[in-house]
Amino acid sequence: MEPVRFVSDRAMDNLRYIRETMERATPFTGISGRGEMAIGVTALAASVIAARQPSFKLWVYTWLAEGFISSLIAGWSMDRKARATQTSLFSGSGRKALFSLAPSVIAGGLLTLVLARAGQFTTIPGMWLLLYGTGVITGGMFSVRAVPVMGLCFMALGALALFSPPVWTNWFMAVGFGGLHLFFGAIIVRRYGG
Amino acid sequence: MAKQSTAKQEQKHDAAVETRAVGTKQKSAAPNLDRIIHERLRLGIISALAANESLTFSELKHLMNTTDGNLSVHARKLEEAGYISCSKYFEGRLPKTEYKLTAGGRSALENYLSHMESLIKQMRNM
Repeated sequence: MEPVRFVSDRAMDNLRYIRETMERATPFTGISGRGEMAIGVTALAASVIAARQPSFKLWVYTWLAEGFISSLIAGWSMDRKARATQTSLFSGSGRKALFSLAPSVIAGGLLTLVLARAGQFTTIPGMWLLLYGTGVITGGMFSVRAVPVMGLCFMALGALALFSPPVWTNWFMAVGFGGLHLFFGAIIVRRYGG
Repeated sequence: MAKQSTAKQEQKHDAAVETRAVGTKQKSAAPNLDRIIHERLRLGIISALAANESLTFSELKHLMNTTDGNLSVHARKLEEAGYISCSKYFEGRLPKTEYKLTAGGRSALENYLSHMESLIKQMRNM
């Protein structure tokens, strides 16, 4: 009886291997999972630092600095991944990510100025999460499923943040830019080649 | 080197499994097994190419997490069997090797899949 089960297990293992390989090979993403995870870590640190700021202005500056650091990490990690597969960062995924994220980042920047002028500070974090989510979804349409799903999670969190008490702001930022990047980054590392 | 010896061990292991299977009333399922794609890395290459129109040597190497030597040996075997096609070109100054699954390769994978499924069914009915 033992060899029978052994052959059956082996056959099932082969089928599983085929399915997993096909999943892994289906659109090979240029987005670096490790880079996303690193962004998650710096965002968590930024949320702790931002929470300690005495004014909203300094809170915004902290997150702007984090945004700058994150874009450097994203660029560097995607370039590294592109080099590993001997492709150019600006010939594929890098260009797609840049063009899909840029409009929502620009819109986010302008809306931040307008909302800050109008004194609507509490709506800014929700708006950031929402717009970042839309950019990620747009860029992720031609990428692996994890990317648009991450965008959807950002949008859901942003929508929730817009209708939640302002005292939860830092938590939303930490869960969104920290937690979601860490979680989806780990998925990309595990399933889509680093 | 370690990966190559692992591949050899797996080949021996698979052969042993099939021999045992034949010896235990699975004669109808095992003899038709396609040895070319039964090897783990070759099966991986075929599966990865089935999910993509084409993949470069570097992409396959990254996906399969293997060495240059190992990949080229197994890719050549698949090419010789007519399961994959290989084209070489330059992208700027960089030489590129691109692999595609042929119609023969796709049907070999389909046959292999139905073979595995029928093997599982037979084992369940025993």
